[in-house]
Amino acid sequence: MRHHLILRVVTKLLVGTIILFALYVQFHGDYSPGGGFQAGVIMAVAFILYGIVFSLAKVQQVFPPWLVHKLVALGVLIYAGTGVYSLLTGYNYLDYTALNPSYPEYGQERGILLVEFGVGVTVTGVMVAVYYAFAARTPVISDEEW
Amino acid sequence: MLVITALAVVRTRSLFAVVMLSGVFSLLSALLLVTLDAVDVAFTEAAVGAGISTVLMLSTLALTTRHERPSGASPAIPLFVVLVVGAALFYGTLDMPNFGSAEAPAMQHVYPEYMERAPHEIGIPNVVTAILASYRGYDTLGETAVVFTAGVGVLLLLSGLRRRRREDGDDDDDEEKEEERGQG
Repeated sequence: MRHHLILRVVTKLLVGTIILFALYVQFHGDYSPGGGFQAGVIMAVAFILYGIVFSLAKVQQVFPPWLVHKLVALGVLIYAGTGVYSLLTGYNYLDYTALNPSYPEYGQERGILLVEFGVGVTVTGVMVAVYYAFAARTPVISDEEW
Repeated sequence: MLVITALAVVRTRSLFAVVMLSGVFSLLSALLLVTLDAVDVAFTEAAVGAGISTVLMLSTLALTTRHERPSGASPAIPLFVVLVVGAALFYGTLDMPNFGSAEAPAMQHVYPEYMERAPHEIGIPNVVTAILASYRGYDTLGETAVVFTAGVGVLLLLSGLRRRRREDGDDDDDEEKEEERGQG
């Protein structure tokens, strides 16, 4: 899509906004609709859009596949690790009171934030990884076909 | 409009149009979910159904042909199955509570308790998030693990295929070379 000037300019403008919106959905999920899963998908969309309009090589420079694969596992580890932390500090598994025993409400809030972050990281990783896996097999579509 | 889109999906032969129409279908169902006040679900439907899966379908389409081959099978049996299942579903909706009814089972069972406990136990206003991440923390951990497993599975399948094909290609090259050598 080398010569689609409008697409390229609009994409450059949008990618930043999409990532910002994803972070908003991620960390504002306590107050508004959305959470880790939706934020992860939106974050992945930013990279996929960049990959479609520019090229797979370009997006893989920004977000290399090895990092994506690490993120897939890292998210689950963050989630499960939160649970292990609360076990180690003498509470039930995934009882977020452990994160702030004197103020359980704040502990819960912090725990939810952490856990949702884990979900978001995993979902971003999986979506981008699946896109990479598909796009790496794709023969380039010529512009005449559209 | 959902019905019209669905019919269009069935009737259209161009797969590119079908993929786009299924995106439209997802957006319309997201609107339906907004009407039902399930904003979180609508959000997911719009992002995943209309966004990601359309892109993935398009990349799959680039790997195959873009027109559906007309099938010679008779539509009678599938039509019969669809009609019977549809009639059963309609029969099921007769027992459902009215739209927005306060006596609906969803409003009766654990819902009031969650609504009452969540704000002062969890300290965040979005009850959906509170239920998902805290009261149902195990479930969500399981869901994350499912996403993880699915992702790893897809990666293994796709990259495994590619490697095998490359090995095949190498073998072919070797054979050709051997043939050339034999001829030489």
